[in-house]
Amino acid sequence: MTMTEPGVSPADVAGRPALADLRRRSIEVRRLILQSIHTAGAGHIGGPLSVTDLLVNLYFDRMDIDPERPDWPERDRLILSKGHSSIALYAVLALRGFLPIAELATFDAANSRLQGHPDMTALPGLDMSTGSLGQGLSPGVGMALGARLRGAPFHTWVILGDGELQEGQIWEAAFVAARYRLGNLTAIVDYNGLPQFGWPRADGFTREAPIEDPGGKFRAFGWNVVECDGHDHAAIRAAFDLAETHVGQPTCVVARTVKGKGVSFMEGDYLWHAKVPTADDLARALAELDTLSAAEERS
Amino acid sequence: MSATSTVATLPLAGANAIAPREAWGHELVELAEGYPDLLVLDGDLANSTRADIFAAAVPDRFFEMGIAEQNLLGVAAGLATVGYVPWISTFVPFLAKRALDQIRVVIAQPHLNVKMCGAYSGMLTGKTGKTHQSVEDLAIFRAMPGVVSIAPADAVELRQAMRAMMAHDGPMYLRVTRDPSPVIFGPDYRFEIGRAALLRDGGDVGIIATGVQTVRALEAVELLAVEGVHAALLHVPTIKPLDVDAVVALAERTGAIVTAEDHSIIGGLGGAIAETLAERRPTLMRRVGWQDVYGESAPNDTLLEKYGLTPRHIAEAAREVMAARG
Ligand SMILES: Cc1ncc(C[n+]2csc(CCOP(=O)(O)OP(=O)(O)O)c2C)c(N)n1
Repeated sequence: MTMTEPGVSPADVAGRPALADLRRRSIEVRRLILQSIHTAGAGHIGGPLSVTDLLVNLYFDRMDIDPERPDWPERDRLILSKGHSSIALYAVLALRGFLPIAELATFDAANSRLQGHPDMTALPGLDMSTGSLGQGLSPGVGMALGARLRGAPFHTWVILGDGELQEGQIWEAAFVAARYRLGNLTAIVDYNGLPQFGWPRADGFTREAPIEDPGGKFRAFGWNVVECDGHDHAAIRAAFDLAETHVGQPTCVVARTVKGKGVSFMEGDYLWHAKVPTADDLARALAELDTLSAAEERS
Repeated sequence: MSATSTVATLPLAGANAIAPREAWGHELVELAEGYPDLLVLDGDLANSTRADIFAAAVPDRFFEMGIAEQNLLGVAAGLATVGYVPWISTFVPFLAKRALDQIRVVIAQPHLNVKMCGAYSGMLTGKTGKTHQSVEDLAIFRAMPGVVSIAPADAVELRQAMRAMMAHDGPMYLRVTRDPSPVIFGPDYRFEIGRAALLRDGGDVGIIATGVQTVRALEAVELLAVEGVHAALLHVPTIKPLDVDAVVALAERTGAIVTAEDHSIIGGLGGAIAETLAERRPTLMRRVGWQDVYGESAPNDTLLEKYGLTPRHIAEAAREVMAARG
């Protein structure tokens, strides 16, 4: 395999947010996810915790966006194709100033702008409606193609689940994106190795990964492929640097992640895909995050 | 019976026949001049849908997407968010059925400005048979909130409908037929989204038709006239939004309605009229169309005869419903 693994330096970069800041944001987003799902009494949790660092990195370190002008034509685009992780995106958008943090309490409620799956007609700042898996990469291809036709400088980022890669339409889009040499398009695979149910392993408890070697598959379709640790902000930044500057080919960032990341008793357990934490679960989970942020403050 | 003014049509005898798909290709080229954001996205069928006419004339705004219709519709959605107006070139089944969930989630629900054109619509698909014929597309699109659905009667109306579509922001479906068919509208005709056109007036029975089937309904009116039956003919090019007032008025004037469409009698024009009249003005009806069956490959005339879509079948349904009304 000839994939690029960016050389990661843990150092901060001048003119960019401090890595410690990004890590603090991630902890805050995880808190908001847990609280919102608990309040709503519904929603997904493993996938949102898995994708948190990728979204924080995009919205606080990477994308050219303006919360005051969510429809600014030249903004960078983000499509959360694994739309069931909407609460992570809403929490990041709230911290970034697109909506009041208090509004997260309306997640999944009637008349809320924060629908169970992202609805671009409901909340400014959402670039595409998603929820039916496998569909997000194609509109991303359309946006990237549109940017090229308009001569607009924006970059389009699409976040895919690894389970979602089982959908055939992903590979239709992958083929066409490479055919049109869309260097202004990046697909990020949240590679946590777990779908919702999947195939059981012989032990009867754990599950098989939904897809093997996603990077190799994208490479075979003509993409530039970069791998990184999807929970390390320095590594994510380095991978996104490579993705954004690569020309002549779309890039796939395979981000190795852990489903349920940040809460020990949720990590790697497929049953936490969409389970609602009880008051007790919530208290334990928040306590773990408190410990993490205390450690962050000490370092 | 109050007389209502009718829209003039050209004589059927010796009518000029034009293939709507060719008119579609030429109209795209004309529209492209006035609308720099118009694009055409093709699913490897341009020389059948006649998007090749556009590809030759405006190559930099034609994008081949290959044989991958789900992606084709998704790419169109993305382009629409950037302000482009994508027109889709593929056959009805691969649009309305293969890519249905894509249409629902990234086009209809976000109400994006994508012009979904279904080529080879209806039964007459050049001997390709049931995989390529479309019995349920109007039912599907009509059930999707916010999607405008249009089935023009001839090449003249098709071109006008395309201009209206370009001026209208939102998801739209257009039926385009394959084979040459008589031009019934003259240059003065004016298509308007959501407006039906009364082509013949008469108080004995009301025929309501859509798409190219309107031409066969015109012939049915002539067959009935020979017997002294005065049939009205309402052409309904926009299945949704439906011109409810025109439909109800016709039912009031005649008390007996026949619908005629190249589509299943379930869920399309016949379904829409039955739903409307059941609520607004219960009226005896007969529905001419595909009788809840899939088709087959055969010459056009054989198909129309076997599946009951000829002018004679429409006239027979009119006699039946008149007899039932008494
Ligand atoms: C087309 C479609 N099929 C099924 C589902 C139901 N579903 C929601 S999440 C999920 C599993 C997704 O797994 P993955 O893409 O790996 O996401 P993650 O593990 O990051 O949550 C499934 C099957 C869906 N939303 N859309």
